[in-house]
Amino acid sequence: MSKISEIFKNNKAFIAFLTAGDPTLEKTAEFILTMEKAGADLVEIGIPFSDPIAEGPVIEKANLRALSVGTTTDKIFDMVKRVRTKTQMPLVFLTYMNPVFVYGVEKFFKNCRETGINGIIIPDLPYEEKNEVLGVATAYDVDVITLIAPTSKDRIQTLAKDATGFIYLVSSMGVTGVRSEIKTDINAIIADIKQVSKTPVAVGFGISTPVQAKEISKTADGVIVGSAIVRIIAEHGENAGDVLFKYVKSLKDAIS
Amino acid sequence: MSKGKFGVHGGQYIPETLMNAIIELETAYEFYKKDKDFQDELTALLNDYAGRPSRLYFAKKMTADLGGAKIYLKREDLNHTGSHKINNVLGQALLAKRMGKTRLIAETGAGQHGVATATAAALMGFECEIFMGKEDTDRQALNVYRMKLLGAKVNVVTSGTMTLKDAVNDTMREWTKRVEDTHYVLGSVMGPHPFPEIVRDFQSVISKEARAQILEKEGQLPNAIIACVGGGSNAMGAFYNFIPDQDVRLIGCEAAGKGVDTALHAATIAKGSLGIFHGMKSYFCQDEYGQIAPVYSISAGLDYPGIGPEHANLFDTKRAEYVPITDDEAVNAFEYLSRTEGIIPAIESAHAVAYAMVLAPTMTKDEIIIINLSGRGDKDVAAIARYKGEDIHE
Repeated sequence: MSKISEIFKNNKAFIAFLTAGDPTLEKTAEFILTMEKAGADLVEIGIPFSDPIAEGPVIEKANLRALSVGTTTDKIFDMVKRVRTKTQMPLVFLTYMNPVFVYGVEKFFKNCRETGINGIIIPDLPYEEKNEVLGVATAYDVDVITLIAPTSKDRIQTLAKDATGFIYLVSSMGVTGVRSEIKTDINAIIADIKQVSKTPVAVGFGISTPVQAKEISKTADGVIVGSAIVRIIAEHGENAGDVLFKYVKSLKDAIS
Repeated sequence: MSKGKFGVHGGQYIPETLMNAIIELETAYEFYKKDKDFQDELTALLNDYAGRPSRLYFAKKMTADLGGAKIYLKREDLNHTGSHKINNVLGQALLAKRMGKTRLIAETGAGQHGVATATAAALMGFECEIFMGKEDTDRQALNVYRMKLLGAKVNVVTSGTMTLKDAVNDTMREWTKRVEDTHYVLGSVMGPHPFPEIVRDFQSVISKEARAQILEKEGQLPNAIIACVGGGSNAMGAFYNFIPDQDVRLIGCEAAGKGVDTALHAATIAKGSLGIFHGMKSYFCQDEYGQIAPVYSISAGLDYPGIGPEHANLFDTKRAEYVPITDDEAVNAFEYLSRTEGIIPAIESAHAVAYAMVLAPTMTKDEIIIINLSGRGDKDVAAIARYKGEDIHE
């Protein structure tokens, strides 16, 4: 079992997302550890990209802020290396295909293993193109996280069958961002997945309140929150630590 | 597994949310491209509504003035809505209708594709939304009003560099929000498979006609075809049926803006590198970490950091050549064609005219160049006047 899958073994997992370098990489390192203390089981670290087509305005702006202060993939690897000395929590990258491809797939995943990254989420890498990274990522023990969408329908079982680490179930149509209501029949999709895969299912996109998280965690193995965390960082900047701690704790408590 | 490859380029690098829509589109297109009723209806629309076939005009004064090769202009500027964009849009709108879609969305740079999409939507009864960068809604204000007049909603894109790239980003985001009833009318030979193939097929009417027309007029094939390239749809359409004719040079003109040695250009082949963006593997203007570069051109339609995957492969295989043309050269050609032939070209197409002005004098009088005049320049007149220091506002 991968290191990532283990976090789902005895509890509902809380997965937090933040954008690396927003507001600074030093603060990113600090916030990762703060969120772990507050109960996060895994942190997704966004490598900023100039054109994040799956993101709504909140995370898109965080990407552009991070790039504007000179954040690069190399500096992010250095930050991860430092964080890794202080935590055993699984860490996963979220980024787009181009930053990985242009950096060099081999060099990228080698650095992932050396710095302690356990998985990667690439929103613009569908099943059909997974061979762009899968062989190399697997060789360096990095799980390539499978995304399943409300529109996946007859593709669900094909996608789920090969999934490792966890399955990222996209709760809603559209881009990332806080939503007041989630209309997709999550339970039906999870049931389809469970028929063919033992890989844990975490649900993301649009979740921001403890009530939503609690409801989702009735059937899902984990809950992913991104935009709401990024918004706290956008509002409070370098001083976001305390607010982040309280917020993450409230969500983790809700699903425990 | 990976589909729609042109050499190493192409593919389908898009979010899972869109995969079923892309597969549905591919299945529908595979069926309708062989369906006689569909093709007959499209041909009737292209002829009776858009005004095809477009003329192949012998530019006698320009030829005499440049003193070399005979120059012919493929007059896509005479199409309804004023550019080649209508060829692709009528095809995709008809396809969307057959697929049962009720809403069209599209990106636009100069506004030509947006106007064409809004036109087809009005004609065939679709709801329509266009995404256009704020930079472009400012410099192409007339086209914004044309789209509104045609009943489309124009969304001003304020993210990133606020140009064509960002308009594509936001149209893709919109498509992931609402995919059931909506078709994304992609305007160039780019994006995920099957778009590069669909757009190329619908635009290939340009070279199909031009090939027959030049054989009828001259009894021989041209020595060179010249077209401007942003994403590359008019060039792909102008090149396609000449690809097997190995002696015909295919020349794409990229926007060099203030010069390829400055930061202000959009010359993807000259200055770009291999990457994966907007659904495709191809060449892009980008930095060492794969961040897409903010590109620049006086021409909103060429102001794009990538190029379609089939062009990237034509470059790799050396079947086509790509040359950078600066703003100054394009503006000079814009004025030259206006004065010499009484034809005001789109500033995009003026990039192709500019290279013909360089190439023609080096060729002999029995050689032939066809310039694909992809659009007309009415939309650019105010901006060019401002470029020349005249204080004209629309």
